[in-house]
Amino acid sequence: MNPLVYTRYELLRTLRNRRFFLLSLGFPLILFFTIAGPQRDNHNFGGTGIPAPVYYMIGLASFGTMSAMLSSGARIASERAVGWNRQLRITPLSPRNYFRAKVLTAYMMALLSLAALYLAGASLGVSLTAGEWLQMTGLMLVGLIPLAALGIWLGHMLTPESIGPAMGGGISLLALLGGTWFPIASHGFLHDVAQLLPSYWLVQASHVALGGHAWPARGWIVIAVWTIVLSRLSARAYRKDTGRV
Amino acid sequence: MSERTTSMDAAVKDRLSGGRATAAPARGGQARIELSGLVKSFAGPNGPIRAVRGVDVSIAAGETVALLGPNGAGKSTTIDMLLGLLAPDAGTVTVFGRSPSDAVAQGAVGAMLQTGALIKDLSVRELVTMIASLYPAPLEVEAVLELTGASEFAGQRTNKLSGGQTQRVRSAVALVSDPELLVLDEPTAAMDVEGRHLFWTTMRGFAARGKTVLFATHYLEEADAYADRAVLMAHGRIVADGPTNEIKAMVGTRTIRATLPGVERDALAALPGVGGVERRGEAVALSCTDSDAAIRALLASYPAARDIEIAAAGLEQAFLELTGDGAGGTGGP
Repeated sequence: MNPLVYTRYELLRTLRNRRFFLLSLGFPLILFFTIAGPQRDNHNFGGTGIPAPVYYMIGLASFGTMSAMLSSGARIASERAVGWNRQLRITPLSPRNYFRAKVLTAYMMALLSLAALYLAGASLGVSLTAGEWLQMTGLMLVGLIPLAALGIWLGHMLTPESIGPAMGGGISLLALLGGTWFPIASHGFLHDVAQLLPSYWLVQASHVALGGHAWPARGWIVIAVWTIVLSRLSARAYRKDTGRV
Repeated sequence: MSERTTSMDAAVKDRLSGGRATAAPARGGQARIELSGLVKSFAGPNGPIRAVRGVDVSIAAGETVALLGPNGAGKSTTIDMLLGLLAPDAGTVTVFGRSPSDAVAQGAVGAMLQTGALIKDLSVRELVTMIASLYPAPLEVEAVLELTGASEFAGQRTNKLSGGQTQRVRSAVALVSDPELLVLDEPTAAMDVEGRHLFWTTMRGFAARGKTVLFATHYLEEADAYADRAVLMAHGRIVADGPTNEIKAMVGTRTIRATLPGVERDALAALPGVGGVERRGEAVALSCTDSDAAIRALLASYPAARDIEIAAAGLEQAFLELTGDGAGGTGGP
């Protein structure tokens, strides 16, 4: 009994699904070059004092990693649809090992997406110190925890047909309100709503690395609360999800 | 249905010579599978659908039991409860003295569910290896692939397989854990004759090692050929439970129809293998307990018989007679 074998094959399966793999990584890159390319010489984006390529690299890094996290849900939904979920339930695979494999595959895709965007950013002249890259990456990985749980939750609640629109809409909304596409004003209703979303702190994670300050307590709390709520929901959905789909 | 029955019969007969697997002695009082008082309803558009309405079965370790019944009898729902995939509304399940989920967690159960495809992007060998890795004492992957006839395409991706090949891989997935209890829910539904032959040969070999096998089927012939015992379900209840030959005698009647003028009813009833006679004008209908013996005797005694037809009574029909009602039998999904 070696639970790592299961995880290893899950990772392998993800890497082998070429269409999934290329689309997940490629789409944020295309967006980045399309939007940031023409503005590569704008060094004061929207009055923030941040160069445009850096702003969009960060924004698309949050977009790409969120997509990567949630796409694990799409994979779960299709496994359920063919009855594989029920087949796994009659093996000794523990929920813990199951979740670990799913979370690790999601993070693998997220990390690859980040790496691709960092390289793309560097090609448009983004240059940060090693410390900044690391701090930004570290905070983003923490900020993605609730998204991993959200992906698993959606995967066990929805069908392959319904998860597409749910993910597309969810990611667009989270990205929009999180400040991926344009900076969120520093006060007002939109700002208040945005601060309650994990995507806002994902985008902030990268801002912090640009010489700003670390997440305030509010950021950590928002991420922690979303993590707790969504992990509970996904654990419950997993437990109940033993019927024929 | 009758065509299918005939081809199955032929496939089945040459295996009967191999002899039936003998049941291993029960290992103490704990070594049983007990389903008692199981009840399960589902919400339906017209009120609750009572899929299982009180099922009691006790299976000794080493037995091979067929769960026999028409579609909608509640077989799959019962199996889902046995595997812990579905919580009963009432009643209990114990698998060798444990709850189903404990038995599953300890790797004591293997199953081939009725519906189920394979996940993509792995080769057959990798998939079976992945499943084997989840169990405490799995069989050798190569040996299982060999046994189930999957080794010739073990290197192929699971999404490039034919329907029959997929079924072979699914049986490998169920067997690789070397489970104490193997549960098969209508396993041969998607198989061709050759596939069935190989499948049952494999399962017979598995059962011969003292393992407990429970399989759901709606083919009486499968139950007869591979099980020690058959449990008949209809409308969510058990309507008969006993050695397969007894069950077969109860429901396995065939009817010989022929045009045969001028022969006494009693004379026909006296033929070997004939249970009952009906006459309508020149046409006679003999319901047979042994149609093979009956047809030989009939032709030997009355060569004038013509327009001969032999038909198996469908299980559905047999069950309706056994349960004595044709009413309201809505089963599980």
